[in-house]
Amino acid sequence: MAMRLPLPGSQPTPLRDDDFERDLHVEHQLLNMGPSHPATHGTVKFLIELDGENIVDLDIQVGYLHRGFEKECESGTWYQAIPYTDRLNYNSAILANLGYVLAVEKLLGIEPPERCQWLRTMGGELSRMGDHLTRCGAACLELAAMTPFLYGIEARELTWDLQEMLCGARVTSNYIRIGGVKHDLHPSFPQKCRDGIAKIRALLRDFDDVVTGNRIFVDRLRGTGVISKEECLRYAVTGPIARSAGIPLDLRKQEPYLVYDQLDFDIPVGEVGDNYDRYLVCVEEMHQSLRIIEQCLAKLEKLGPGPVNTLDPRVRWPAKGRVFNRMEELIQQFKSVTEGPRVPAGEAYHAIESANGELGFYVVSDGTAVPVKVRCRPPSFINLPPMRKMLKGALLADLIPTFDFINMVGGECDR
Amino acid sequence: MENFGSPALRRLLEFFPSQVEATHANFGDATARVAPGSLLEIMRLLRDEPGLDFEMLTDVTAVDYLGEEPRFELVYHLYSVKRNHRVRIKSRVSEQAPEIASLVSLWPSADWMEREVWDLYGIRFRGHPDLRRILLYEEFEGHPLRKDYPKEKRQPLVGPRN
Repeated sequence: MAMRLPLPGSQPTPLRDDDFERDLHVEHQLLNMGPSHPATHGTVKFLIELDGENIVDLDIQVGYLHRGFEKECESGTWYQAIPYTDRLNYNSAILANLGYVLAVEKLLGIEPPERCQWLRTMGGELSRMGDHLTRCGAACLELAAMTPFLYGIEARELTWDLQEMLCGARVTSNYIRIGGVKHDLHPSFPQKCRDGIAKIRALLRDFDDVVTGNRIFVDRLRGTGVISKEECLRYAVTGPIARSAGIPLDLRKQEPYLVYDQLDFDIPVGEVGDNYDRYLVCVEEMHQSLRIIEQCLAKLEKLGPGPVNTLDPRVRWPAKGRVFNRMEELIQQFKSVTEGPRVPAGEAYHAIESANGELGFYVVSDGTAVPVKVRCRPPSFINLPPMRKMLKGALLADLIPTFDFINMVGGECDR
Repeated sequence: MENFGSPALRRLLEFFPSQVEATHANFGDATARVAPGSLLEIMRLLRDEPGLDFEMLTDVTAVDYLGEEPRFELVYHLYSVKRNHRVRIKSRVSEQAPEIASLVSLWPSADWMEREVWDLYGIRFRGHPDLRRILLYEEFEGHPLRKDYPKEKRQPLVGPRN
């Protein structure tokens, strides 16, 4: 039985006695959907006001995965926040690591070595692949197509295998460190990665064959969940949703960070701003990510072995051989471990293009080893409210693909 | 006060010389701290002034400087897609009257972000159409991101109201 809560501005129209032409559904129905619904991959509750099958109004209730990310960050060292960022968007953990670390490095004024920049870029793009594959695959599943979901998940497994080679973990990577990355590449990585890319391309082709022209899929997506350019700007919507509406906004091009200014890739842009455009944008972005990964591999091989971590003593531990034999390095190691790095006082905001849009971190330091504030600007949270606008007057069934392609990730939305 | 070459800061100092309290551009982020009473007009100028065109209110958050007066600092990040530039606007409100004008009338994106700041910091937004808690539940007592809210404090979850 639906729980009745008043929704703002929604009164059922009273029926006049002589109005025989009217539909029988005179009373609006309130429907609770979620917080744990099999057709939404995300923990969120919709309180839907229905007129028959049409959505009159919608209240989106989030917060079910709130676990105090910012509060936790304010009680540990700057390093100890990195594993928490893994758990923000668990589909693309490396990108979340990267956003946080780049903001902290902005305060510290650290420029990591060139090889590290290319490794970070490649890790981030692998992560983005995983996110887009989950989005497109799970959307198919929730529209009752099992096979393409399995193609998507198989491809995501391949990206996870590569991430595992990169940092030892499949999902919660904890790969990016302040001033560097955890490891350099394993010597067999380039070959394995090229094999993986070939397999992913084959799977994407299969996916494309089954889905892109599929009548059922296209009918459910085309013309649903439409958002205009102007609405995107007013609601601060970024990422594939803004690009599907025709805004060529991608921070990798607009404000190039890492080595994106040296890479050759395109930004796909849609026209209509509906779910089908979002799907096409995501698929094309996956092909672009594969291109970027290939360029990174070639560059890393050309650069040859080299340091992947900064030598800045504020954030790096000294070499173990020196720690065991010299007093100064022993003290430095002790201080680094027990206190953690001290970050200069000040505030900085750094935004990266994550798979869902602008992922920004606003960090404030008072010069000690514990952050005053670590604010995550979560694209999932900010892209979600316009969904109410997208779905007003639409069919209840349109909610599923619209929510799928907004790709709200509970961990990031609720923090 | 200096404008550090930022067109947004230059305009602000031109139009609101007495309401801008401080500016800086540390780490390359153009920042202005403004009087809370004139936040709405300042934001309207930043949005509508040709040449600035801040169409996007990217982020709204707050920082609790416990022990300082005024205690809370609201932090707004604006971004212009057209001009590809950013500015950060800050404004301080006191512990006794933690209230500031809502920006929902200028940018609907402020809606959820202001609800989050109300939820976690207990700062009220004048003119917000629907200022409910968003991440926590209605029955939650206190505002957990305030520095004087103990991290270890637990509150039992209560069932839904009827």
